[in-house]
Amino acid sequence: MSAADRPVLIEITGLTKRFGSFTAVDDVTFSVARGEVLGFLGPNGAGKSTTMRMLAGFMIPTAGTASICGHDVQGGGVAARRVLGFLPEGAPTYPEMTVTGFLTFCAKVRGFVGRELAQRVEHAVELTRLGGVLLQPVETLSKGFKRRVGLAQALLHDPPVLVLDEPTDGLDPNQKHEVRALIAQMAPHKAIVISTHILEEVDAVCSRAIIIAAGRVVADETPAELQRRHPSGKLDDVFRRLTMEAA
Amino acid sequence: MRNVFIIFERELGGYFATPVASVFIVIFLVLQGALTFNLGGFFDRGQADLNPFFTFIPWVFLLLVPAITMRLWAEERRLGTIELLLTLPITQTQAVLGKFLAAWAFCAIALLLTFPFVITVNILGQPDNGVIASGYVGSLLVAGAFLSVGSALSALTKNQVIAFVLAVAVCFVFAVASYPVVTDFLSRNTPALAEIARRIAVIDRFQDFTRGVVSLRDLIFFATFIGFWLFLNAVIVEQRKAD
Repeated sequence: MSAADRPVLIEITGLTKRFGSFTAVDDVTFSVARGEVLGFLGPNGAGKSTTMRMLAGFMIPTAGTASICGHDVQGGGVAARRVLGFLPEGAPTYPEMTVTGFLTFCAKVRGFVGRELAQRVEHAVELTRLGGVLLQPVETLSKGFKRRVGLAQALLHDPPVLVLDEPTDGLDPNQKHEVRALIAQMAPHKAIVISTHILEEVDAVCSRAIIIAAGRVVADETPAELQRRHPSGKLDDVFRRLTMEAA
Repeated sequence: MRNVFIIFERELGGYFATPVASVFIVIFLVLQGALTFNLGGFFDRGQADLNPFFTFIPWVFLLLVPAITMRLWAEERRLGTIELLLTLPITQTQAVLGKFLAAWAFCAIALLLTFPFVITVNILGQPDNGVIASGYVGSLLVAGAFLSVGSALSALTKNQVIAFVLAVAVCFVFAVASYPVVTDFLSRNTPALAEIARRIAVIDRFQDFTRGVVSLRDLIFFATFIGFWLFLNAVIVEQRKAD
């Protein structure tokens, strides 16, 4: 791996989140460099979304720190959020807004004006193939389109760091393929974290995978290394073994 | 400031993109009209002023303003869009201000649409338009005060019904704080509180405006009141955004 000489864009140290006596994320530490696509895997409720929320600065950690391009997500929140493209879980969007209206709003908040604003929106629409539904209110769109609107919003400002919570959930196989191709195409210039529980996705787009179970990191290596952990060589078996042990 | 305006623009547009705007404005005008004409005896009084109109407007706001504010934060929370909004490069204060100002502007639009009352009294007689203008300023400030309360309470919950009921209840307390029922009770038990209750009563302050008195003290009161609740709003959003 040549990741060592690339700049580290995401740095998470000792990140912990407790809800009362329940520990959702327990002392998670990792970093992601430019050019890496990190697959964040784990069973439902393992703490994937909680970790991503803390990384995006939305949730306040009980302990530990997260920084994006050197900006602490709590202390330097706005600066960190400026260089981050974030797709929250479930790809929430304002239902009454049209696709154009919504993306224009996001682009304005990102500080774009005039011609550049129009170009940014146009480019994001092209990347996510939303051309046919631009004037439809988001609430009338199918699940796959909604997800792509959320993705378009995250890509608008061509951020150096992308954090995508289940970007392919609800997409049909063709759309999944397109989104993966899009991620692979952007990969060399960005640090990308995607969460998923589709294991084939890890093989397809990730250069590295972290498996998290019961809030703890149980594996952090390349997909090929992961596969060697089980005699069958299947990610499914590795995943099951690692996450069942932790649970 | 630019960010506040972008949020403001989106929010205000949101009212008109849904039936919220038309339903609210129609109900507001019908209710306000019915109360002014029937209960207020607008014509029977034979006086060219808008006193009956201004008597009822705080009570109409008490009922309808929480209907606007209940969705402000509760809906963002329910839809999950709060996660999107607060991970954009804006501060919480900007989001709070933008939403509040949009709701306030929306109330101002509804209030402006009561202009036929002003025309009517001007045709029928010679009213003191200065008093009417100060009454409108007061009405707008009452709406702002109720909006700030409702907005802060909406940030507490993802349930819009709870947000509505809480806002009506708290606004009601501030509306009637100077009424004898409240102050008599308080002065019998805790005289110190009775004095405070008289000072924070929204309706009392509003009545100065309807008499044509725009005093700096009242303006400072409303500014402080709204500022306090918006500050509380920002604190609640910060503390409970991810709950």
